[in-house]
Amino acid sequence: MSTRATTGQRAASGTADYLDQRTGIGTAVKGFARKIFPDHWSFLLGEIALYSFIVLILTGVFLTMFFVPSMTLVVYEGPFAAMNGVEMSEAFASTLDLSFEVTGGLLMRQIHHWAALLFMAAIVTHMMRVFFTGAFRKPREINWVVGFVLMILGLAAGFTGYSLPDDVLSGNGLRITDGVVKSIPVVGSYMSYFIFGGEFPGEHIIPRLFTMHILLIPGLILALIGLHLFLVVLHKHTHFPGPGRTQRNVVGFPLFPVYVAKAGGFFFIVFGVLALMAGTMTINPVWNYGPYDPSPVAAGAQPDWYMLFLEGGLRLMPGATEFVIAGYTLSLNVLIPAVVIPGLLFTALAAYPFIEAFATGDKREHHLLDRPRNAPVRTATGVAILTAFFILLLAGANDLIATHFAMSLNDITYIFRVLFFVAPVVAFWATKRLCLGLQRKDRELVLHGHETGRIVRFANGEYIEVHKPLDEYERWIRVQHEARRPLEILPAHDERGVRRKGYHRDALRARVSRFFYEDRVEPVTPAELAAAHSHGEHDALEGHPSSGGVPAEIASGPSVDARDR
Amino acid sequence: MKAIAARRHHRLAPVALLLLALLVTGGLYAALAPSAASASAPSEDDIAAGRALFQANCATCHGPSAEGREGAPSLIGVGAAAVDFQVSTGRMPMQMDGVQAQAKPPQFDAEETSQLAAYVASLGAGPAIPSAEQVDPALGDAANGGALFRTNCAMCHGAIGKGGALSEGKYAPNLGPSTPTQIYEAMQTGPQSMPVFNDANLTPEEKRDIIAFLGEQDAGSPGGTDLGAIGPVGEGIWVWVVGMGLLVACAVWIGAKSS
Repeated sequence: MSTRATTGQRAASGTADYLDQRTGIGTAVKGFARKIFPDHWSFLLGEIALYSFIVLILTGVFLTMFFVPSMTLVVYEGPFAAMNGVEMSEAFASTLDLSFEVTGGLLMRQIHHWAALLFMAAIVTHMMRVFFTGAFRKPREINWVVGFVLMILGLAAGFTGYSLPDDVLSGNGLRITDGVVKSIPVVGSYMSYFIFGGEFPGEHIIPRLFTMHILLIPGLILALIGLHLFLVVLHKHTHFPGPGRTQRNVVGFPLFPVYVAKAGGFFFIVFGVLALMAGTMTINPVWNYGPYDPSPVAAGAQPDWYMLFLEGGLRLMPGATEFVIAGYTLSLNVLIPAVVIPGLLFTALAAYPFIEAFATGDKREHHLLDRPRNAPVRTATGVAILTAFFILLLAGANDLIATHFAMSLNDITYIFRVLFFVAPVVAFWATKRLCLGLQRKDRELVLHGHETGRIVRFANGEYIEVHKPLDEYERWIRVQHEARRPLEILPAHDERGVRRKGYHRDALRARVSRFFYEDRVEPVTPAELAAAHSHGEHDALEGHPSSGGVPAEIASGPSVDARDR
Repeated sequence: MKAIAARRHHRLAPVALLLLALLVTGGLYAALAPSAASASAPSEDDIAAGRALFQANCATCHGPSAEGREGAPSLIGVGAAAVDFQVSTGRMPMQMDGVQAQAKPPQFDAEETSQLAAYVASLGAGPAIPSAEQVDPALGDAANGGALFRTNCAMCHGAIGKGGALSEGKYAPNLGPSTPTQIYEAMQTGPQSMPVFNDANLTPEEKRDIIAFLGEQDAGSPGGTDLGAIGPVGEGIWVWVVGMGLLVACAVWIGAKSS
C-alpha cells in the first residue's frame, strides 16, 4: 500500500515539476488554491448559469452529430406515425430522427432545451443578486457590462437554437422577427431581405441560424465568460457586511480544497437536476407542432420564457398606431413594443451602474455588499423594472390566462395595458417604503434591543417591558453602512457674483442625487446609541439579577436594557 | 335457512349482501336497458317521444315548434347531427346564459338524445348523425389528418387540440374528452363560434383523418409528462419552479453557515 502511494506521489510530483519548469504554472496554482471565496448561497447563482452552459456545450456537440441544418424538402418515413408521408425540411426530419431513432437522442434534446431555459433563468437571477446588493459598483462596472452582454448573447443563442428544428411554432417566431425587422423605418425591408436571403422564409435562414448558434454565439459567450471570471478573480469576490469584513479583505474559504469540492459538486447537481427534468418532462415537442409551413399558426403560440416579454409587448400594443405616410407604412404598433421598449429597458439595465455613480459622485471602490434595504431607491428601481418585465410576461400568456381562469381575453389585455404603466410606479413606491420601514426597524432594534416579553413593574406603579440588547455582531450588521445624503453643490454664482462654470451639470447631478437619497433613514451613530442607553431612571433595573446575561453587558459599558417610553 | 340465519352476524355478511345486490342490479340493467342498435332507425314513436321531450325541455327558448326566438336559433333544418352534438356534450339544455354554452355532464341518456334528434330531423332536412364507420379512427390517416388539423383547426384549438382562447371570453374547447362522433358532428354543423366544415371543404375521409390524428394524441407524449401541452409558457413556469427551485435549495445547502 505504502509503496503504491509513494509511486503515485512520485509520478504526481514528477509531472507537476515537469509542467512547472516549463510553464511556471506552480505560481498560478498556488495563487488559485489560496483564493478565498466567501460563503453565501446567492454567490452560487452565477455558477448555475456557468454549469448550464457547460451542459449546453456537451449536449449541443452530441446534437450537431445528427442534426441536418438544411431546408431541402424531404418526405418523412419513420417510426412516428402522425408524420409519415408528410413533406418537411431536412432540418425538421432530422430533428424527428434525433428524437425517435437516435439512442438517447430525445433525452439529449430535452436536456439541451431545459438547460437553455435554466441558463437564462440563472443569468437573470444572478443579475438580480448583483443589482440588489450593489455588487456592480466600482471597480465592477465593466464586469456588469460584460455580464449584461452575456445575457444578450444568451437571448441570441436561445433564439437561434429555438428556430433550428424548422417547426411551425419556431417558424411563427421567425415570422414575427421578420415583421419586427421590417417595421424599422427606411432600412427594414432591406434588412429582412438580407437576413432571409430574399423573401421570407427563403431557403437560407436555417443554415445561417445554425452557424450563428453553434459557432459564433457560443464562441463569443465562451470568450466573455472567460473575461467575466478573470475579472472576478482580479477584483476578488464581494462579501456581505459582517464583523471583521471590510472593503480591504475577503472572508471565506480557500478555493482548494473547500470550494473545489463545493463548486465541483454543484456542477453535478445542476447536471443531475437537468437530466431529471429532461427525463420526466417533455419540452418543445416539435412533433406536435409539425413541419413549418407559412400558412398555419396554432392557438397558444408563444416563444420560450426569456422572449415572452417581447411577445407580451406585441400583444398589448394597440393596432391603431400604424400609419401610412406618403405611401410608406410606419408600423409603430410593432416598432414600439418590439424595438423601442426593449431597447429602453436594456439600455437602462446596462447603464445603471454609471447612472448611480453619477448620482452619488462616489469614486471609491466597494467590496462590501449593500443590504437591499439600505439602498431604497436602487432596490425600488430594480423591482419596478422587474414588475414591468413581469407584466409583459403575463401579457404574452394572455390567452392561457383567459382559458385557464375563464376570463375575457379582451378585458385581460385592457387591464395589462393599464398595469404596464401603473404597476411599476406602485411597485417602486411600495418597495421604497418597505425598505425605509425596514431601516427604521433596524434603528429601533439597535437603539432599544429585542423585546423579551418580560414586563416589570416599578415601585411607583410604572410598567415597562425589558428589552434585550443586541450583541455586537447583530448590531454591527445594522449600523455598518454609511449614510448616503443628497449631494450639496456650490451656488450658481461665486462670491463676486460671477456665474460658476459647470453649475448646470452640478445642478442636474444634485437633482438625480435628491431623487436617490432625499428620503432616507440614517444608521444609528455611536452618539445616538450612547444617548439611548442612558435613561437615568431605568439604570436601577439593569442590575436585576434575573435578567439573563444582561449584567455582563452593564459591566462592559452602556447597556441597552430598558427602552425609551 | 337456519344455517343462513345463524351466519347473518358474520362480519363478511354485509360484503356478501352488497355483492349480491350489485349483481342483481347489473343483471337487470343488462336485460332491460335499451341497446344502441335499436336507436338507429327513428320510428314515429321516437319522433313523438322526441317532440314531448322537446316541448318539456327546449321549447321555452327555441319555441313550441322549434321555430326559434330572440337569442335562440330556429332548429328547423339543423339536422340530427347538431342535436346529437349539443345534447350529448351537455351544452344543451344550456346551463346558464353566457358568451358560450359550456359542456357539462349530459342531461339526457342516449335513447332520449336520439329521440330528440329524430324529432328535430323530422322538421327539415339536415346533416345526419355519422355512422360508426365514418368516425372510426382506425380507418383514417393520422399524418394527413395532422396536416389538415394544422391548416384548419389549430389556430383556435391549438397544435394538438388542447383548446385556446377566443375573443370576449369565448374559447375553443379542449378536444381530448370529445368522442369521434362528436368531433365529426362539430365539423359538420359548426356549433357556436366554430365554422362549418362541409363535405366540399373537408371530405368525409378527411374528417376521419382528423379524427385519427386526434386519436393519436391519447397515446401521450414520448418525452415524458406533457405539462398540459400548453407550450413554452408551461415549460417556462416549470424551469423556474422545478429547475431554479431545486438548485436554489441546493445552493442554500452548499452555502450554508453564512453569517
